[in-house]
Amino acid sequence: MNPTELIAIPLLPLAAALIAGLCGRWIGRAGAHSVTCLAVAAACALSLHVLWQLVWGGVPSFEGTVYTWLVSDGVGMQVGFLVDRLTALMMAVVTFVSLCVHIYTIGYMRDDPGYTRFFSYISLFTFSMLMLVMSNNFMQLFFGWEAVGVVSYLLIGFWYQRESAIFANLKAFLVNRVGDFGFVLGIAGIVYYTHSLDYPVAFAAAPRMAQAMLPFTAHTSVPALTLICICLFVGAMGKSAQVPLHVWLPDSMEGPTPISALIHAATMVTAGIFMVARMSPLFEYSDTALSLVLVIGATTAFFMGLLGVVNNDIKRVIAYSTLSQLGYMTVALGASAYGAGIFHLMTHAFFKALLFLAAGSVIIGMHHEQDMRRMGGLAKYMPITAVTCWIGALALIGTPLFSGFYSKDAIIEAVHESHRYGAGYAYWCVLLGVFITALYTFRMLFMTFHGAERFRQAQHHAADGAHDRHGDHGHEHEPHESPAVVWVPLVALAIPSVLIGALTVAPVLHGTFFGGAIFTRGAQAAHAAGEGVSAVRLALEGLAAPPFWLALAGVVTAWLFFLRSPSLADAAGRRLHALRTLLVNKYYFDWFNEHVIAALTRALGTVLWKGGDQVLIDGVLVNGTAQAVSRLGSATRRLQNGYLYSYAFWMMIGLAVLLGWFLAHA
Amino acid sequence: MHCCLLSILIWMPIAAGALILLLGDARPAVTRWLALIAALAALVLSLPLWSGFDVTGAAMQFPEKLPWIPRFSAWYALGVDGISMPLIVLTTFMTVPVVIAAWTVIEKRPAQYYAAFLIMEGLMVGVFSATDALLFYFFWEAMLIPMFLIIGVWGGPRRVYATLKFFLYTFLGSVFMLVALIYMYVKAGDYAIASFQALPLSLAEQRWIFAAFFLAFAVKVPMWPVHTWLPDAHVEAPTGGSVILAAIMLKMGGYGFLRFSLPITPDASRELDLVMIALSLIAVVYIGLVALMQQDMKKLIAYSSIAHMGFVTLGAFVIYAIVAATGSRVGAGMALDGAMVQMISHGLISGSLFLCVGVLYDRLHSRQIADYGGVVNVMPVFAVFMVLFALANTGLPGTSGFVGEFLVIIATFRASFWYAFFAAVTLVTGAAYTLWLVKRVVFGPVTSPRVAALKDLNPREFVVLGMLAVLVIGVGVWPAPLLRVMQPTIRHLVTLALASKL
Repeated sequence: MNPTELIAIPLLPLAAALIAGLCGRWIGRAGAHSVTCLAVAAACALSLHVLWQLVWGGVPSFEGTVYTWLVSDGVGMQVGFLVDRLTALMMAVVTFVSLCVHIYTIGYMRDDPGYTRFFSYISLFTFSMLMLVMSNNFMQLFFGWEAVGVVSYLLIGFWYQRESAIFANLKAFLVNRVGDFGFVLGIAGIVYYTHSLDYPVAFAAAPRMAQAMLPFTAHTSVPALTLICICLFVGAMGKSAQVPLHVWLPDSMEGPTPISALIHAATMVTAGIFMVARMSPLFEYSDTALSLVLVIGATTAFFMGLLGVVNNDIKRVIAYSTLSQLGYMTVALGASAYGAGIFHLMTHAFFKALLFLAAGSVIIGMHHEQDMRRMGGLAKYMPITAVTCWIGALALIGTPLFSGFYSKDAIIEAVHESHRYGAGYAYWCVLLGVFITALYTFRMLFMTFHGAERFRQAQHHAADGAHDRHGDHGHEHEPHESPAVVWVPLVALAIPSVLIGALTVAPVLHGTFFGGAIFTRGAQAAHAAGEGVSAVRLALEGLAAPPFWLALAGVVTAWLFFLRSPSLADAAGRRLHALRTLLVNKYYFDWFNEHVIAALTRALGTVLWKGGDQVLIDGVLVNGTAQAVSRLGSATRRLQNGYLYSYAFWMMIGLAVLLGWFLAHA
Repeated sequence: MHCCLLSILIWMPIAAGALILLLGDARPAVTRWLALIAALAALVLSLPLWSGFDVTGAAMQFPEKLPWIPRFSAWYALGVDGISMPLIVLTTFMTVPVVIAAWTVIEKRPAQYYAAFLIMEGLMVGVFSATDALLFYFFWEAMLIPMFLIIGVWGGPRRVYATLKFFLYTFLGSVFMLVALIYMYVKAGDYAIASFQALPLSLAEQRWIFAAFFLAFAVKVPMWPVHTWLPDAHVEAPTGGSVILAAIMLKMGGYGFLRFSLPITPDASRELDLVMIALSLIAVVYIGLVALMQQDMKKLIAYSSIAHMGFVTLGAFVIYAIVAATGSRVGAGMALDGAMVQMISHGLISGSLFLCVGVLYDRLHSRQIADYGGVVNVMPVFAVFMVLFALANTGLPGTSGFVGEFLVIIATFRASFWYAFFAAVTLVTGAAYTLWLVKRVVFGPVTSPRVAALKDLNPREFVVLGMLAVLVIGVGVWPAPLLRVMQPTIRHLVTLALASKL
């Protein structure tokens, strides 16, 4: 593989980001979107070329250093690339979705005053994400990891005048930092045992680390590799929004819709999944860590999906769906089915980006409305959006032949076969999750595109609430189909949403697509290298399996409650009042974080400042010392009062003491 | 020219300062340009230190030696190694933005203001380049005078309290150091720092000397609990004073620990490493929480400085814990590398942040966070710089702030998982206090008519912040050149610090 080509892939978007960001004033809006779109298109073309070379060209994986960042104490820290099939797949997904989002943005952000800034940010994001997936070492991984976090921070707060947006972006950054806190400790642990930051060295040392015990307290120690893997996974929990570090993702919907599609659905949030898959040679040696991964993922998959059922904001429903689907991917990792996790990551990237962009198209068409209670019947007005959204929804719920079916079924199957501790719980979570997925997805679809047209009576409410501001101040109030620059990316994403699963299931899932990139031990390995099966046969088999019937039940339930007779939904909501309250309050995670964790932190800060610094240190120690000196001064001053009789008295006392001392020692 | 480069770097700014004092305030334009030329000349002259630096050995380079007080065997002896040279370049570099930043802002006695900064620049270079302990002490104490005046004359309303606190704290620390230096002079026969490092000392002697050094250096760093002078001094100091205080003067403490405490009293350092590590971690965690609650921008950055300097002392003293835990000195070099990079990086970032606050203060004459809000709407270019430096302050990879913290954390893991755990807390607290500040000051809607009337950066301010931004990113993207000049000396220092004198 040509190293120049590989270097060009991340550097093109970086250069475009710098040009759009620093020279935006001179090159103008057209200049900014041209340069960034061209750069990302070129990066996408090169990434596809790299993938093609690896898969069909018979070219071996690439591993090499670009430059040495620093060398300290014999530990070389490089910027370098490891490009194997896993990386190349990620590169292709990232650049393709990014390209679609770039084009879509031309229409979506048309009248926004921050147009050039937005293009600069999303190109910068593409660069950061590429650096993350292409890395061959932990230092650069952490660089990309933090860099995507920062761009996400900047983009969630893109509309910086909104209080809710700048609250959400701070929250997102801080929660991610909690994850990074674990991540950096995991990296430190790797360096401790291997004296290196390079993946190959760390992977080679995994069996040795699995034997090592790390001193934990004075008298106890813990298995080193388990601790390291859990630390790394804490990082993944932050980035991939797993319970309890998921709280930032729904709020991140404050950002413009294109970035919800790119960053908070298709790419950045999957960084954690990618990372754990990349680290499979480490995680495979720690059953404890994998069990934790399994349980956390399963919890996220089921319980976050439930929240999607009660939310009325179209973007937030999709955000909860993203949380739930990330949970599915995490479950796959926990069951050692890394290939299935990455496979779902890929299919999800297409159909979830599609759903978000379709939601954005709806928001444009509805003149900044995001509340689904004020939509309905939009299919008539926005046929292309409706059809593409249906495709995305069908893929999401795992309809046989659609892409999501193959990946989700693979995960459920893998969990079913897993004997790892927690697999039983996880199996029920992912299985019931299928019903929930279908329920919230079709609820969203029915409330938006079908049923009664509720937007006419809602027009005068449009001023309140948080809405995407895209500047389309249309004068007519009828919803309308979006321009081509918006719907072309929808179509471009709809095609892989349907096809990519069927086309790739045989090699990716049941073949040896990933080669040495993913490592599994024992029984799971045998499963991954299964027989070659046809996509159609899998789909036919799927028709008889429980997930299909659960999904169908979900669709029917959604139809019954939200299309056929919405009064039933209200009645159910009243009947299940306690559950509904719990769900509407998002299990009180936000409440807990704000009123307990944040409040306690602030209180502790105040106590340490006012009590520690001001009272104890300054009041008692510093000023107290000064006062003590001054009191001592006053006391000794009294001795020197200038009266002769006083001096004579003290002289006699002194003489007496001296004489006494002499006599005693004589 | 190499023969007396260090002397030129010390005395040229001082002479320029004296000249400016003589010229007085009659022609402010001449004064300003003279000050700028002197500062730029010092920067240019310091560059050969870097380019001509020999990275193959740990010996003192660019040496100068003249008799000073022959009766006490005190020499006017100068020289630099990989620890002091980058700090000297940092000093000459940071003086330039300070001079430019004061251009039209200082209306009261500008000549004396510039003179004070130039004289201080010379004295600070003297501190870093002195290889004779008495000469070091001379510069160390002399440096207090211009800073005392800068805060006392151009400072805020509570400047008298702040200067007194600053002076007493730092002076009190230093006198004990003088006692220790004299004690060692009596034993060694001269004041050369190298002789002190080679001087055999019993554990009891080392303990006393360590304590004396600790008082001097811990106050300067500053370490918890002798840190409370710093927020007061920063709040009252003019912008330039805060920049120099944060960027250079705090480094004197770190430099002192590396130059004196570790090599001269290695056994006492080993014995007391737990105390030092604990104080460093308290600085990171406790001060991080205190910074969160600050209402005054300068106080917040001052507390942030203390937390960041905690990584310097942690990196310096964790080397003993690493050896104790693993029985090997692997990782010690990395910890010290991290401490050194953190010093340089903190100089750049904290200086930049204080300059940013200065930009705002010049316009609105308030340091209170509550008086701002939505600055980005009216000052977009400024906002870019402020957000960049804030992110650097949170240790973002790709900026200089990441390098030192990353190295110290991964080196500290060798000593103990828990040390690394508490050090890594800075990832969360640092982001919390810095970005909360950004949220309240920079983002949001315009909160008041006074904010609405703010003007964006002028070209002068743009140049100042721009040159710092380039360095902050440059060091973050490619720190190898910086480490290359430091490492031979750091390797030597590891040997000295880990060799027992008993």
